[in-house]
Amino acid sequence: MNVAVLPGHNADESKRIAAGYGFWIFLLSDIVMFSCFFASYAVLVHATAGGPDTRQLFDVDRVAIETACLLASSFTCGLAFVASGRRSAALFYLSMTATLALGAAFIALEVVEFVSLAARNAGPGRSAFLSAFFALVGCHGIHVTIGLLWLCTMMAQVYAKGFRGDILRRILCFTLFWHALDIVWVALFTVVYLIGVAP
Amino acid sequence: MPPVDLFWGKLTWAAIPIDSPLPIVSSVVVAVVIVSVLVWIVIRGHFPYLWREWLTSVDHKRVGVMYVVLALVMLLRGFADASMMRVQQAMALNGPGYLPPEHYDQIFSSHGTIMIFFVAMPFVIGLMNFVVPLQIGARDVAFPTLNSVSFWLTATGALLVNISLFLGEFARTGWIPYPPLSELAYSPGVGVDYYLWSLQISGVGTLLTGVNFVTTLLKGRAPGMDLMRMPMFCWTSLASSLLIVAAFPVLTATLAMLLLDRYLGFHFFTNEAGGNVMMFMNLIWAWGHPEVYILILPAFGIFSEVIATFSSKSLFGYRSMVAATLGICVLAFTVWLHHFFTMGAGANVNAVFGILSTAIAVPTGVKVFNWLFTIYGGRVRYSVPILWSIGFMVTFVLGGMTGVLLAIPPVDFLVHNSLFLIAHFHNVIIGGVVFGLFAGYTYWFPKAFGFRLHEGLGKAAFWFWTIGFYVAFMPLYVLGFLGMTRRMQQYDVPNWQPWLVVAAAGAGLIAIGTGFLVAQLYYSIRHRDALRDTSGDPWDGRTLEWSTSSPPPPYNFAVLPRVTALDAYWVEKQGQISNGTGRPTPHYVPIEVPRNSATGITCAFFASLLGFALIWHIWWLASLGAIGAFVTFVIFAWRDQVEDEIPAGELARLDGLDRAARRPAFHVGRAT
Amino acid sequence: MTESPPRPSANQLAPGDSPEARSGSEIGGYVIGLVLAGGLTSVSFWVARGTLFWPPSIPTALIVLAIAQMGVHLVFFLHVTSGPDSTNNVLALAFGVLIVFLIIAGSLWIMANLDHNMLPMDRLMEMQR
Repeated sequence: MNVAVLPGHNADESKRIAAGYGFWIFLLSDIVMFSCFFASYAVLVHATAGGPDTRQLFDVDRVAIETACLLASSFTCGLAFVASGRRSAALFYLSMTATLALGAAFIALEVVEFVSLAARNAGPGRSAFLSAFFALVGCHGIHVTIGLLWLCTMMAQVYAKGFRGDILRRILCFTLFWHALDIVWVALFTVVYLIGVAP
Repeated sequence: MPPVDLFWGKLTWAAIPIDSPLPIVSSVVVAVVIVSVLVWIVIRGHFPYLWREWLTSVDHKRVGVMYVVLALVMLLRGFADASMMRVQQAMALNGPGYLPPEHYDQIFSSHGTIMIFFVAMPFVIGLMNFVVPLQIGARDVAFPTLNSVSFWLTATGALLVNISLFLGEFARTGWIPYPPLSELAYSPGVGVDYYLWSLQISGVGTLLTGVNFVTTLLKGRAPGMDLMRMPMFCWTSLASSLLIVAAFPVLTATLAMLLLDRYLGFHFFTNEAGGNVMMFMNLIWAWGHPEVYILILPAFGIFSEVIATFSSKSLFGYRSMVAATLGICVLAFTVWLHHFFTMGAGANVNAVFGILSTAIAVPTGVKVFNWLFTIYGGRVRYSVPILWSIGFMVTFVLGGMTGVLLAIPPVDFLVHNSLFLIAHFHNVIIGGVVFGLFAGYTYWFPKAFGFRLHEGLGKAAFWFWTIGFYVAFMPLYVLGFLGMTRRMQQYDVPNWQPWLVVAAAGAGLIAIGTGFLVAQLYYSIRHRDALRDTSGDPWDGRTLEWSTSSPPPPYNFAVLPRVTALDAYWVEKQGQISNGTGRPTPHYVPIEVPRNSATGITCAFFASLLGFALIWHIWWLASLGAIGAFVTFVIFAWRDQVEDEIPAGELARLDGLDRAARRPAFHVGRAT
Repeated sequence: MTESPPRPSANQLAPGDSPEARSGSEIGGYVIGLVLAGGLTSVSFWVARGTLFWPPSIPTALIVLAIAQMGVHLVFFLHVTSGPDSTNNVLALAFGVLIVFLIIAGSLWIMANLDHNMLPMDRLMEMQR
């Protein structure tokens, strides 16, 4: 990391601002990538090729539970961030573990959904609509999975090295990532599931 | 379908094209050259130096030079492809020429892919890398190790494209792989996969560069350098980096959709099951148009720097230049449909995008007038960079005008995908991007290496390139109006052949020009002592990079400059001339320099394994590559010692030596 | 080796950092965010069941609710506010939103026109046989 000291800030703060801002820019690029998958989904949502459509496939109750899990995990992630700011290791590990559990529950439910769809001959190869669905929801799921890997790595780093400056910067970036994923999920469950099943 | 081997995937001995002389011979030649160079390096004991000073360097100056070296090497391959195409088209009236269609198709595809992704992009990014931190008075970019990773991922992409020459084949779809031709049903071989994985991997590197430079330019400037005191090259680099951040995710997403179709049987762009082929064109050009502005904006910035310096005048209309740059940056994202006017969106859509496309010529025109007004009334010194600039202004304006013509949908309906289009985009890319890169290369070469490039050979290169360009591409405009479609392997219209022969001759002239560039580099290195620049400021420059030694120390500035105005170094020099003083001795404090890291090259190694394995369906090797890349990141994250400190005393000693060495050459009232 | 936690200061904030962190009162903000977002989400799911709203208006209502939820996330979880310290972050976000809007709106408009004017692919293939 290499930044000039910003006026009104010391070297540490300058690095934190630069790291956070750089990651923020990267997140915006990631959201642009998601918007391409959203655009494809919107274009292909009716291209069901004689196969099943949204009304026949989506289980809104499962989506509600997934949403609750992810929203709660965003909250616990915020707690972890507060804990890192106060250098409170116990609260940090507790809230990160809760985030991990909620995130893993989200992924598990999604995997169950994907497997059940595939079993009903509604896999991604069935129609363009299903391809777009699996790609969009799957892309989000892959991001969440990578986030969970990152989460474990952050817990390991804090355990090994404590709340060092660079590790605090990475925790900041992780929380940005995790909250952004929840924002993408809001768009996702609204556009895909809720509008999909609405009469 | 034969069962896929678990160990070897799709890779068999049949992948080596022994029945095609050209790829085999060129592969053998390239292999011999590479092996000889490696053997020479190892035998002469240069490898530890190379590893320590270059391959694991995170210094933006080293990374920048490596990018440019990659670009220049790949220019030779891209140009070889072009020459082969020109010869084929000159020959192939009512006959097959010497290149069968399946090879010709690969050659025009690799020509475009290599020139855009592995020549133009690395060259632009390399110059941005070298110059931007120096111009903003910073020690390095915001994220130096990430910068190294970006370079090495780009190199991985270049490596994969070159491997396709002797193992398998390349895509036959053109440099933008339109479905359904690029789908598995119509391109079952590995060619499209080579293209896709090469670009996905190097695309990650480019995106990270965009993030790095946006952060560097917005958060890393020297004290006192407000945005409106930033050199013009930095403004255009900022705009280009913003476009990279906004556009490259679209490329990643769209190529990912094509990969999903090819590897997992998805139906985004297939003919059956509801796939929508036209959506590919829409998305890919939403990336494709900003991409050309990513290339041209830094070139515009180079011209702003060169023209101001060699006119001994500050750039005319700085504020309007900034506004024009930002205007182009935003408009670049609103015009992409003009690449497929003929696809059938209808008159209303075509009209809107057509008007926006012509509108984008306005800020560009503002820039051209500002350059002209900078030259007017200035004391112009003729040198190679200003020659490239004048060549650019004539050539690019011509190309821009044909672009405005193409932006009108009824005209485009007549000449879309004809050689008129080919002539237009080569006109703006060569006249704009390439001329700019050559100007920047000549201009900043002394700063990077401490000696100038030979002037005479540079002028010869300029004249052969410029005249060669016109001889090669003006006939293509004519051919476009005569109705010749692009990418034709053979044809039966006798009227076309004379023009194609002239075009081939033009390519020959460009080849001579390229030969002069190579000769210039070789000669300048051999005679570097005679061409030495000890002052750090061979052109009487205006911006901060000229205040450092040539080459600058690893930390760039012993003490970060305090900026009070635009053209910061010029103002500093004028102040010292009027005061009659030399540069005051600064107060030194310890500084931190980032440590070298093998993260970049190691990541690239695993990315190469991953890419190669995915292309050939060798799943165990792909997993190894992916895990290796992840482990490399974790190991990097586990580092404890990230930076080295240079104590104040050592800094004073080093800087004192530098200032003593340069004092004789920096004198008052120099007129050169 | 630990360092004192960085103190967010007057001029600029890293995205995600909050001024409240100085006084240690941040948890309240997260709780409010959770409650608000949870409430809006529940309303969304209820609207989608279609029993209360006029059906053609449901997609619009859902999108409005989604934007509100995203706003809650941005303000309470990401601390992206309209304060002067946050200006750089808001500008970057605005740029990203502009690009997303151009891509999605542009693509939908273009593809709708193409679909209106052009034959679907399977019909085109039939014509060629």
